[in-house]
Amino acid sequence: MEPVIRADHITIRFGDFTAVRDVSLSVGRGEIFGFLGPNGSGKTTLIKALCGLTPIASGTGSILGLDVRRNAAAIKRRIGYMSQKFGLYEDLTVAENMDFYGGVYGLTNAALSSRKDELIALTSLGPYLDRRAHRLSGGWKQRLALACALIHSPQVVFLDEPTAGIDPVARRSLWDLLFTLSGQGVTFFVTTHYMDEAERCSRAGYIYLSRLIAIGSIEELQRMPEANPPGTTRLALHLENSSEALALIRRLPYILESTIFGRSVHVLIDQAATTRLHADLTASGVHATVEPAEVSLEDVFVTLTNRIAREDTPTKEAK
Amino acid sequence: MTGGPFSGLLPVCRKEFVHLSRDRTTVFFALAIPVLQLVMFGFAIDTNVRQVPTIVLDSSRTQESRRLLEAFANSDVFQLRYFGASESDLYEAIRAGQAKVAIRIPPDYASLLQQGRLATVQVLADGSDSTITSHAVSTANGVVLQEAMHRLLGLNARPPIEVRPAVLYNPGLRSPNFFVPGLIAIMLQMMVIMLVSFSVVRERERGTLDQLWLTPVSPLGLMVGKIIPYGLLAFFELTIVLVLMRVLFQVPVHGSVPLLYLLAFAFILTVLGMGLLISTRAETQAEAFQMAVGTLLPSVFLSGYIFLIENMPIPFQGISRLIPATYFIAIVRGIVLRGATLAELWPQAAVLTAMGLLSIFLASRAFVRTRG
Ligand SMILES: Nc1ncnc2c1ncn2[C@@H]1O[C@H](COP(=O)(O)OP(=O)(O)O)[C@@H](O)[C@H]1O
Ligand SMILES: [Mg+2]
Repeated sequence: MEPVIRADHITIRFGDFTAVRDVSLSVGRGEIFGFLGPNGSGKTTLIKALCGLTPIASGTGSILGLDVRRNAAAIKRRIGYMSQKFGLYEDLTVAENMDFYGGVYGLTNAALSSRKDELIALTSLGPYLDRRAHRLSGGWKQRLALACALIHSPQVVFLDEPTAGIDPVARRSLWDLLFTLSGQGVTFFVTTHYMDEAERCSRAGYIYLSRLIAIGSIEELQRMPEANPPGTTRLALHLENSSEALALIRRLPYILESTIFGRSVHVLIDQAATTRLHADLTASGVHATVEPAEVSLEDVFVTLTNRIAREDTPTKEAK
Repeated sequence: MTGGPFSGLLPVCRKEFVHLSRDRTTVFFALAIPVLQLVMFGFAIDTNVRQVPTIVLDSSRTQESRRLLEAFANSDVFQLRYFGASESDLYEAIRAGQAKVAIRIPPDYASLLQQGRLATVQVLADGSDSTITSHAVSTANGVVLQEAMHRLLGLNARPPIEVRPAVLYNPGLRSPNFFVPGLIAIMLQMMVIMLVSFSVVRERERGTLDQLWLTPVSPLGLMVGKIIPYGLLAFFELTIVLVLMRVLFQVPVHGSVPLLYLLAFAFILTVLGMGLLISTRAETQAEAFQMAVGTLLPSVFLSGYIFLIENMPIPFQGISRLIPATYFIAIVRGIVLRGATLAELWPQAAVLTAMGLLSIFLASRAFVRTRG
């Protein structure tokens, strides 16, 4: 079956600068695809290119089988998009914002009013309909932005950092909404910084320095050989004073990676050295309980970016 | 509804009206500032020189000297307000700004006249206001010359030649008549450029523009949707100003009002395009404001609004031909003051129409380009 979103070796350039380099991915119907990566890595640029706005230098892309270069107008009518900054008119009321986007997508009055009722029920925006958007809290603004992006019942929705800067409760209820909708067959392409959100996605990709360096289901990513080098294992060290101990742990030669999680430190360690670790910790007076750790998505992405950083440095020096 | 080159026009237009109705302060200032300027300029900038405060030192104190001073007073240019006791009083009064002109009649004025010898009258003028100075000096020359004629020909004789100036189209040389039509152009330009460029740049700043480009709204739909409300506002403003001009300054429109509105359409189209062009360049409202002011300065100084184009150095005359306000000011003055018709105004009308079309064309091209 034709994927809903397909990118095939897409490269996007702004002058000399390559914002997206050779990215391929595909997203199936009803999936929630998480697109991760640090700021400036090219997430927004890829979304705009997939919607036919930013020209593609090479490669091809399609949405719902429509070529992004040739059918930009048709694509725009079928997709929903929620921009990084929400794209709401602050001086318009909740209802007026929805009416405006409904008008933009050419909905008839009857279609608009029944669709508005559905979305109001879905997002619980009912009590706020006459409130100006600037008087809504972050969480409600985001619900309104989502309602606007869904006003024309799109089958594909791009959400660009929908949860940046909103509280955890609002974040969770947004994700509940996304699950409800994906259950109805809507496909989501969501960019985010939050690893916990990525882990809720059915599949995820990680873009770093314009390149897609990992893609797959969460389990596939966790099992990636690059993230789990042979002869290594991951451990969680539960410590009394984790930040002091971290400095010590990082000096140990067989610790390949270490990340702090509250009172514990997750390490990637040479498998052969696990017994030495116990000895070294006791010798330094650090009290720790050690247990095997699940590899998290964050671990995977940290390992991958570190590898790239290590690989990149010598080539840069060689130039 | 969606699709086509003007997709999204109606919803954008409707939304823009709601913005306007919500942002009452902006609309109020956009409309009120021009009116305020009109009233201030109309009353304050009176370039006619009348009743110039004048200090007099009459050391002659004779019938002859009083006759001369009366002639000065009758000219309506001089207001003989202060009387000095010594020559230093004259300089002092001018330095202090109490008087702009000083007239000194020497003690031997009457006796020299009676002996048929040359009598001198000294006129001092404050050079810091050149309009007043030159006008006062030439009037003084005229007054004295006339007095000299009377002396030569006998007091009751009439001079052989008399000038009878008749100023057409602006009788009485009232300056509101001259300034108000120019003010209309400048105000419309400022208001339209600011409001339009701000309304687009605000969308860029808030991120709604990014959002719009991923909806079926087309560049032309957005552009025209924004043009319509601000264009209508401009016509509303034009009407207010014309009514005020009529009521407050009694400047009647001698020519055809529909023609004025028709040609105003070309001008408003031009400035709308300029505002849109600015909006494609400016990232922030502050930048847009600077650019708008940048367009305003040449329009104020080189359009014939304040300085006559004919008196400008040739290169500046060339620049003034590139300024839309130049043509619109000529048109407004023509229609309002002289009752000119399209038969006389067609060259300006043609240039302005071309400028309007060009401006909108360039703006739409820039709009399509910057959308990424
Ligand atoms: N229109 C543009 N012209 C030039 N450079 C751009 C443009 N848009 C984005 N970029 C650059 O491309 C890179 C990726 O940007 P973006 O896709 O917004 O990153 P992200 O969304 O992942 O934070 C950034 O370095 C940004 O400066
Ligand atoms: Mg981004």
